[in-house]
Amino acid sequence: MTDEALHRQLADTWYNPAGLVGRLSIVDHKVIARRYIVTAFTFFSIAGVLAALMRLQLAFPDNHFLTADQYNQFFTVHGTAMMFLFAVPVMEAMGVYLVPIMIGTRAIAFPRLNAYSYYVYLFGGVMLFTALFVNSGPDVGWFSYVPLAGPDFGPGKRPDFWAQLITFTEVAGLAVAVELAATILKTRAPGMTVSRIPLFVWAMLVMAFMVIFAMPSVVLSSTFLLLDRLVGTQFYNPAEGGDALLWQHLFWFFGHPEVYIIFVPALGMVSSIIATFTGRPIFGYPAMVSSLVATGFIGFGLWVHHMFATGLPQLGLTYFTAASMIISIPSGVQIFCWIVSLWRGQPRYATPLLFVLGFVAIFVLGGLTGVTLASTPFDLQVHDTYYVVAHFHYVLLGGAVFPLIGGVYFWFPKMTGRMLDERLGKWNFWIFFIGFNTTFFPQHLLGLHGMPRRVYTYPASSGWGTLNLISTAGAMLLAMGGLLLLFNVLRSVRRGAVAPADPWGGEGLEWTVPSPPPAYNFLHVPVVEGRSGNWDRRGNEAPPVVTGIKADCREVLITTVTAAEADHKTIYPDPSIWPFLCSVVTSAFFIGSIFTPWALPVAIPPLAITLIGWFWPKRSDRSTQCDLANNRLEPLRGEA
Amino acid sequence: MNQSALDPHGPVARTILDLGWVLFSVTVVVYVLVLAGLAWALLRQRRESDRTPAADRRFTSIVAALTGVTTLTLVGLVAVSEVSGRALAVPHAIRPVAVDVVGHQWWWEFRYRDENDPSKLVTSPNELHIPVGVPIVMRAMSQDVIHSFWVPNLTGKRDLIPGQVTTTWMQADTAGIYRGQCAEFCGPSHAKMAFLVVAEPVDKFQSWIQHQREPAGVPTTAPAAQGRDLFLSRQCTLCHAIQGTPAGARLGPDLTHVGSRMTIAAGTLANERDPLDAWVENAPSIKPGVRMPPHMLESSEREAVVAYLRSLQ
Amino acid sequence: MTRWTLLLVPIVLSVGCQREDRPDHKLGVVSKQLVMPVLSDIHPGGVAPPPPAESPFQDNAWGINEGKRLFDSYNCSGCHSHGGGGMGPALMDDRWIYGSRPENIFSTIVEGRPNGMPSFRGKITDAQIWQLVAFVQSMSGQSSIDSLPGRSDHLTAGTAENGRPAEAPRQTGSPR
Repeated sequence: MTDEALHRQLADTWYNPAGLVGRLSIVDHKVIARRYIVTAFTFFSIAGVLAALMRLQLAFPDNHFLTADQYNQFFTVHGTAMMFLFAVPVMEAMGVYLVPIMIGTRAIAFPRLNAYSYYVYLFGGVMLFTALFVNSGPDVGWFSYVPLAGPDFGPGKRPDFWAQLITFTEVAGLAVAVELAATILKTRAPGMTVSRIPLFVWAMLVMAFMVIFAMPSVVLSSTFLLLDRLVGTQFYNPAEGGDALLWQHLFWFFGHPEVYIIFVPALGMVSSIIATFTGRPIFGYPAMVSSLVATGFIGFGLWVHHMFATGLPQLGLTYFTAASMIISIPSGVQIFCWIVSLWRGQPRYATPLLFVLGFVAIFVLGGLTGVTLASTPFDLQVHDTYYVVAHFHYVLLGGAVFPLIGGVYFWFPKMTGRMLDERLGKWNFWIFFIGFNTTFFPQHLLGLHGMPRRVYTYPASSGWGTLNLISTAGAMLLAMGGLLLLFNVLRSVRRGAVAPADPWGGEGLEWTVPSPPPAYNFLHVPVVEGRSGNWDRRGNEAPPVVTGIKADCREVLITTVTAAEADHKTIYPDPSIWPFLCSVVTSAFFIGSIFTPWALPVAIPPLAITLIGWFWPKRSDRSTQCDLANNRLEPLRGEA
Repeated sequence: MNQSALDPHGPVARTILDLGWVLFSVTVVVYVLVLAGLAWALLRQRRESDRTPAADRRFTSIVAALTGVTTLTLVGLVAVSEVSGRALAVPHAIRPVAVDVVGHQWWWEFRYRDENDPSKLVTSPNELHIPVGVPIVMRAMSQDVIHSFWVPNLTGKRDLIPGQVTTTWMQADTAGIYRGQCAEFCGPSHAKMAFLVVAEPVDKFQSWIQHQREPAGVPTTAPAAQGRDLFLSRQCTLCHAIQGTPAGARLGPDLTHVGSRMTIAAGTLANERDPLDAWVENAPSIKPGVRMPPHMLESSEREAVVAYLRSLQ
Repeated sequence: MTRWTLLLVPIVLSVGCQREDRPDHKLGVVSKQLVMPVLSDIHPGGVAPPPPAESPFQDNAWGINEGKRLFDSYNCSGCHSHGGGGMGPALMDDRWIYGSRPENIFSTIVEGRPNGMPSFRGKITDAQIWQLVAFVQSMSGQSSIDSLPGRSDHLTAGTAENGRPAEAPRQTGSPR
């Protein structure tokens, strides 16, 4: 079969339906991931606007720009949206888009679950912002400590919207994590042994396992909170045998790994970008992989460092101090290996590399303030002050958002087929870099000078006015950088230079497919022979490929976990509307259970119906026909 | 008056700041070295010898060595932190002054108990007087949500957690007035839940405690007397206590010696006639969410009540 | 597109601004409101009875929660327990001796009643009384379900208000 005919057949098999119902039925990981990324950046922008308003309130002492109630809702929704609706989903989404084309497979595992997770995430985000716009936004902080968030001190439904948002985003996050883990472990192209997995994919695998182990903890804690508020359980009521600190332990057991869940994928992006723009694979692959895995493990042993002020026993404090310090060792190893990579390669200063260099400058500073925070006595002075605010913005904005934006510039051509403007990109970088440091560096000093967190105003006699004003000015600059990025994206999507398959000379397999890739990803599933999927195939007229995978079925090759040897083939599902319908019922159930416990029994029948519809094998589906044909269970009855 | 951890006036804050300087120095050195390494990596001349296996082996040893140095540095920092932590343990040698810190939404109640005579209990809202040079051991509790006791000039934070008693201590080495503030988000007026620590010589402290034990004085001027009558016959007694009068409610701060304090409304307002009048007239407009109702008195009545309160030295 | 809006409308409606209002501005204004409780359905002549007074914290979660706090602070529990009654009548049932409308409850608290209910006129402000009114109504489920308070953070006495069945006020000859 010629390539042309093969393309036509594959495009027909892996079709993405059109029309409203069709678009809601799409299960293509690239379409879902693009929707995730656009939605996540939309939430990021709204949360950013809230931050700008907060900074305007804090620019002057005793300011009346926002009321206390508005400020409290804004800082809560800003933090909640950034952490749950932007940071984790966008990192997962980059993985959902890139991992299958980096490992040489046609789709992500569990495609319908992927679609379902997007809709659940979307509805959750819409719920939270709708709540904010009708004065019902949560106002107790993004970590919602009890008893302030409990039924006695958090009247109304505000904390319930927060707690249920957790449920929405955790369901979506867990679903994607499971898909990523399954995809990476079982569907890699033959020959992609464990020691040939790209560093970005390793990062996604570590992140996926961290999500699987961490998120149940916050689902538990937020469910306990909802139960306390709705039906009067006593989980967090000290008077009846509960404990206010239980919340903190359960939340932070999730909350600390959460920041590494956000950070680890960014490390993968940095590796991809540095390799491409130095022209050589990253130095020290085994050390890099071990560092990622070590970060994932150690990240689970740190959570009490958020609770140093609660009066814990000395031995516990010492342990958590030590653990919180040693987690910087794997990060340090990675920084050293990247510097060596830049040393021995030939750097090309395109926008993605600039953002990565900005990441190094900002993240290392943030990591070092993190080491200072790990020390209990010092933490007792700066805990819950603007020093901590500065620290986590340095590590999250510097450590995750800078690489993410570098990744956006890097992979935008692959995802859209257009290049982002390089000149605007460089302006974007410098405005972000200067704006960021102007906003957040003074906050270290504010914290040391005694300014606590979460204060809607401060007295003029405190002397904090000047630093706050500088910080606000920086925030306005940062906002302009954001607008510039948006402008660049909107303009380039339509009028950017058309991008070839490999505009940068990239390292990985994703640069061997067209920009944007067709729905089926690879015309021929590749056989991998080295760590650098694209560079290893350079100059090879006929690189090795897999034969024997059907093109008239959604057939996918499943390989073994470590050696990636071909194991068996399986059929992936066709597009289906049931994930969307199930997500609607799920969302109605979640939102209803904010108001009445009856939501649970009422939701179960429709949920059962949608799940049955989802899993029922339909003869009309091509995938069912393929399955039957493969297993020779019964002869086909004249259907194509 | 600053509220700065960089301006210590007691052993706890000083030990922490010393530790902070060690951490800061290490941080700065590491940061400069990393950036220098990065700059050198980017700016250096590329050579063919970079691409040999020997070069890779050299890089491996360099990274291994740097990792080793990092590990040793961090172990050192853990040790330094641990030593500082132990130096901050509650001292047992000197006889401390015991104070109970009770957090409310959005004010502080400081209680000095006499171990021999419960009737000598002193309650001082929002102003903590301590003798200079004596350790103050505090038991911290909360009546409602989690708060956090923090005086940056003197000590690190300790959370006030409902259902538990946490302990901390501090000591002032120089006389002075230090501002503290709640450091755990506790509701709409979290930003306005501050307090003053007044460190004074031991004898002044003793006389202050003695004076606090005395009931409120009888008003000497006519407006103050009218104010007292209004105070006792209207809404005030539902929430506030004034020792020596029938007013004995414990919902709001004890007002027995309110005139002698430097600030009112938990460090939010200066204790002068106009701010006090504004507070009595409309407290929720100054501290959002506060439970003291507004518009209880006509303006002439309010003048009298304010005069009475200011007379309660 | 219409499918999306239909989905959002019930969300928006059920969320509601009134429940979450933090009406600091109402705390002073309500003091000036004139309250004229109606004690009978029968009126002479063709003149309509005065309109019922607006309960400022009706269906307002924050106001009801403050009322719950005041109920304990001002020791209403001393006679009424947490709604079950004792020396005073139960407040969580469907029987209202002096009427169940907000202005009736308001006047009960302000005037006092025979057989032991003190008059709180001048002792607690009108705003606080309205908060207590809203809470007393919530004890028998006369508020919207999403504004009912949950369990308190002390030793709990019985089910929280949001877990109790609503008791429609019984006709006992006195108006509703």
